[in-house]
Amino acid sequence: MTVSKNQIVQWLEKTADVLGKNKEYLTELDAAIGDADHGINMDRGFRKVMEKLPSVADKDIGNILKTTGMTLISSVGGAAGPLYGTFYMRSGMAVAAKEELDNDDVLNMLQSGVDGIVQRGRAQIDDKTMFDAWAPALAALEASLGNGDDLVPALGNAVAAAEQGMKDTIPLQAKKGRASYLGERSIGHQDPGATSSYLILNALLEVIES
Amino acid sequence: MKKLINEIDDVVKEQLEGMAVAHPDVLKVHFDPNYVYRADAPVEGKVAIVSGGGSGHEPMHGGFVGMGMLDGACPGEVFTSPTPDQMYECAKAVNSGAGVLFIVKNYTGDVMNFEMAAEMAHADGIKVQNILIDDDVAVKDSLYTAGRRGVGVTVLAEKIVGAAAEAGYDLDQCADLCRKVNTYGKSMGMAITSCIVPAAGKPTFDLPDDEMEIGIGIHGEPGQVREKMATADEITERMAKEILTDGAYAREVREFDRDSGDWVTVDVIDPVFEEGDKIIAFVNSMGGTPVSELYAVYRKLDEVCKDFGVEIVRNLIGPYITSLEMQGMSITLLKADDEILKFWDAPVKTPGLRWGV
Repeated sequence: MTVSKNQIVQWLEKTADVLGKNKEYLTELDAAIGDADHGINMDRGFRKVMEKLPSVADKDIGNILKTTGMTLISSVGGAAGPLYGTFYMRSGMAVAAKEELDNDDVLNMLQSGVDGIVQRGRAQIDDKTMFDAWAPALAALEASLGNGDDLVPALGNAVAAAEQGMKDTIPLQAKKGRASYLGERSIGHQDPGATSSYLILNALLEVIES
Repeated sequence: MKKLINEIDDVVKEQLEGMAVAHPDVLKVHFDPNYVYRADAPVEGKVAIVSGGGSGHEPMHGGFVGMGMLDGACPGEVFTSPTPDQMYECAKAVNSGAGVLFIVKNYTGDVMNFEMAAEMAHADGIKVQNILIDDDVAVKDSLYTAGRRGVGVTVLAEKIVGAAAEAGYDLDQCADLCRKVNTYGKSMGMAITSCIVPAAGKPTFDLPDDEMEIGIGIHGEPGQVREKMATADEITERMAKEILTDGAYAREVREFDRDSGDWVTVDVIDPVFEEGDKIIAFVNSMGGTPVSELYAVYRKLDEVCKDFGVEIVRNLIGPYITSLEMQGMSITLLKADDEILKFWDAPVKTPGLRWGV
């Protein structure tokens, strides 16, 4: 199957909706080990993306994603702004000029985005960051597609891996970001960035499987 | 939540509007993107000093814009890093051609947003350098954390480097001085209440009446450790000793290489405090603690410093780097050589600091 431009737009709309609904939850997670603004910032950023979307919805997928990235960079702030902004900008660059995506494109899009996150934030596995959700998700997606699975079940596996990765951040001691200042006190709390990453990937699955 | 605000979404905007009408002789405010800048910018032939960070720390940074300190300050949402477009537009507005020094507090968000801004400024042909402030001794190492936070030394660096720029230091000299001030200064903070971010509507953490957080940052986040409340003398002595006996802290930071247009890793090591050192002592209110209590702290700080064998030669006492209405205080000690003292004493005319004019 191919993913249409329309579905990418729907992904962004669903993301905005999900982040809006989870604003308090993400903020609560961030109050425990951060400065209580992750949910507020992501909601603000994606509301700005929604304002921008109509003006680019008929452009190619790369353009839509790059515009999303740039909008997030200038509206989210904090660490999430540069990280997610870079994610969408690099994803967009990977699928520049495309009007629809095949399986390889989807993998390439997400992988390039995550590579951007790592380059900007320099996180490693088990630092207790969003990378702890994205890394297993991408590994699962690549393995699944490599096994010949269709996109929907492959993305299902990726989302399940992201969810597990998100939960697996709970016992970790943070080594990056504001949570790292808490030392051992960061243990026992789920990372807010890993949580929003899971929600974003899950939104993509929900759009594509419907 | 009881605050002197109107609509929550307008908090930052209205405060900036208030600053603009209160201090038109010293600064101007640009909206969309938001930044505060010197009314007489760009200042011919002078390196522009630009900083920024989340709102909620006033007077830092917008209140430090003016002669002898900052040329530009970029305010983010409350406790949220500003975005690269703010720093980029601000840099363009204040750059005289001599270049821009970004003074960056070492928080993951600030560091990344200022890095992206530096890349954008560089791509536009603006000479730029980023120097990190990472003075908070409550964070013990940098291998397993995001590194020490930038706290009280930020204010001192903005003053000292601002004066140096005014005196004609070029971009590399300003950067070197900023790096020196950062390594020579150390801080620690504590809180007896949390604070309320307007958009969140409730305190960031709950602190029982008989407890305190030691080793806090400036964004209302929990500190290093929570303990039973102690006396001003006990708290001051413990924090001052931790600062004075802090070891030669070593870490890697990223700075900008103008020739390659890329980031390079630099090794930075702090000297230790030694007997005979001259000190600038900064006792800071987190916002809610009255100045009177800061003087009780200073009384004990002076005694502890004398016992250690260092001499306080200048001081700054008051709310200069705050966390909204948090009750608490931070102590910053800066080893001062002749260069640092000269620029500390130099005239400054900003809403937050004003002397010699």
